[in-house]
Amino acid sequence: MHALRILRGGTRARLSATPGDLVFEGLSTLVALSVVGLLVVITVILYLVAQESIRVNGLRFLTDTIWDSVSQRFGAAPFIYGMLVTSGIALLLGVPVSLGIAIFLSELAPPWLRIPLTFIVELLAAVPSVVYGLWGIFVLGPAMRIYIEPGVQSVLGFLPLFQGRPIGSDVFTAGVILAIMIIPTISAVSREALLAVPDSQREAALSLGATRWETTRLAVLRYARAGIFGASILGLGRAVGETMAVTMTIGNRAAFFGSLFEPGQTIASQIAGRWLDASTPLELGALVELGLILMLVSLIINAFARLLVGRFLRVGEGAE
Amino acid sequence: MKFPVDRDTRRRWFDVFMSGAALVCVGLALLPLGSILMEAFVRGAPALTPNFLTQPSLLGGIANAIQGTFILIGLTSLVALPVGILTGIYLSEFGKGRIGVVVRFFVDVMTQTPSVVVGIFAYSFVLTLALSGLVPRTLVFSVISGTIALSTIMIPIVARTSEDALRLVPTSAREAALALGIPRYRTILRVVLPSCASALVTGGLLGIARIGGETAPLLLTLGSSREFFSGLDQPIAAMPTQVYQFAIAPSLAENQAAWGASLILVLLMLGISIASRAVIRLRAVKR
Repeated sequence: MHALRILRGGTRARLSATPGDLVFEGLSTLVALSVVGLLVVITVILYLVAQESIRVNGLRFLTDTIWDSVSQRFGAAPFIYGMLVTSGIALLLGVPVSLGIAIFLSELAPPWLRIPLTFIVELLAAVPSVVYGLWGIFVLGPAMRIYIEPGVQSVLGFLPLFQGRPIGSDVFTAGVILAIMIIPTISAVSREALLAVPDSQREAALSLGATRWETTRLAVLRYARAGIFGASILGLGRAVGETMAVTMTIGNRAAFFGSLFEPGQTIASQIAGRWLDASTPLELGALVELGLILMLVSLIINAFARLLVGRFLRVGEGAE
Repeated sequence: MKFPVDRDTRRRWFDVFMSGAALVCVGLALLPLGSILMEAFVRGAPALTPNFLTQPSLLGGIANAIQGTFILIGLTSLVALPVGILTGIYLSEFGKGRIGVVVRFFVDVMTQTPSVVVGIFAYSFVLTLALSGLVPRTLVFSVISGTIALSTIMIPIVARTSEDALRLVPTSAREAALALGIPRYRTILRVVLPSCASALVTGGLLGIARIGGETAPLLLTLGSSREFFSGLDQPIAAMPTQVYQFAIAPSLAENQAAWGASLILVLLMLGISIASRAVIRLRAVKR
């Protein structure tokens, strides 16, 4: 019967536009557009709830350093600062390690080891953020306080960044835990970028008598540097939005810090930490405004990363 | 004067050194993973008593949190799987023009939105409805709020994984079905979807793996409950938020309970991750 229909309508552009087709296409289009609508609703709702805070605080919100629910004065500057510093530490520590992993997995490891090892590194991303936080409180934090922070201090203690008595639940610990959490993202995307380098590049370098490392440095890394840079930006996107692990390790003090061995707060950790205690609509609005800033920052970072490494991305990678 | 080591030997040793450094990087990544798993077993296993696994937190257990997590995963899947897969079908089969590009961009933006922002949204959304009198005030901290948050996270993931899955089905399969006179919607439902079923399952599992461990959005929307599920408009406990509350509690017993709950949560999440990869492997073998 359908065959007949095609024969009859042989010259029509849409051979088989049955009513069922129209309904199905209409339904899936409607659902897809409603997903777009959802994002619009999110933005509008956040703006509506933050409105009061935006009106009262104005641009001062970005520069004010006080968050005080007694005097109802709310400023975001310490959290923006905390977010930048912790993400900076995460990148500084996480990028070299991730790059080493990517090089090992794509250039050095024997073939039988590549797949299982790639899989194991990816498991780091499957551990829930709150479990990282728990581990941060009871394992990493004490280790930082007793071994790592005094060790760093004995070498770099002359810098103001590393002064004061190490407490273990501070900005440095939060940065380290973020570094661990962004390793699977950066190493996976960098590895894709390295694997995309054509073998002729490697062969050319090897035929000139380069060692394996020289080949990697001259022929592979140079070729893939845009991808590696994009992978790092993607890791940055994950770091700025990460909430629970940071909330549980950073020490939660809503103020500026001079040394990395002091407690601090990021935008995300301030939201999670204060949310249930927000006493007035104005404070709730200020927290939602923090959320808007976070959304905007991660949107810009991720759009930039996507521009650089969109073709290497699999779904689910990117900001948490 | 002769250089103690000649240039080629130096280059070869530097090569060995850099290979070693790359290996050390792998070790540095595996160290925390190993430590987390080991600590969860060593500190968590003693907490896993029959009482712990069967009683609600009111009576010192986590059974209500386990129940809550499964309820939330179930409800969220109920919302996000159909919506996500239909969006994926639109993106792969119909959304060829400019609208398709826009939808894909918005879906991508949603996958990258920090989960804490999604939590703020779900709370604010229900709060706005409650303030305008459309829903009762109690709904602000409830199973429904949490489901809205988790669905908002899961829908775009399922949409993009289903799109990728559908695109893997060769065009020739669609053309063969259409040539037999089968309408397009039946071609999609009966030919395209079944032939990428395992990839769709993988996408769904990936989505569940993402939301099952989410903490921040639930912390903002679930409220606190120490008893079993008592209605969709009531607060509920969940594994991740329970781990958080146990972890920051001042008592040693609760800290140990945090490790016990973590052990179960980690095993669950790793299990789902491994299962989703096993489905991929299965598909590769079948081809």
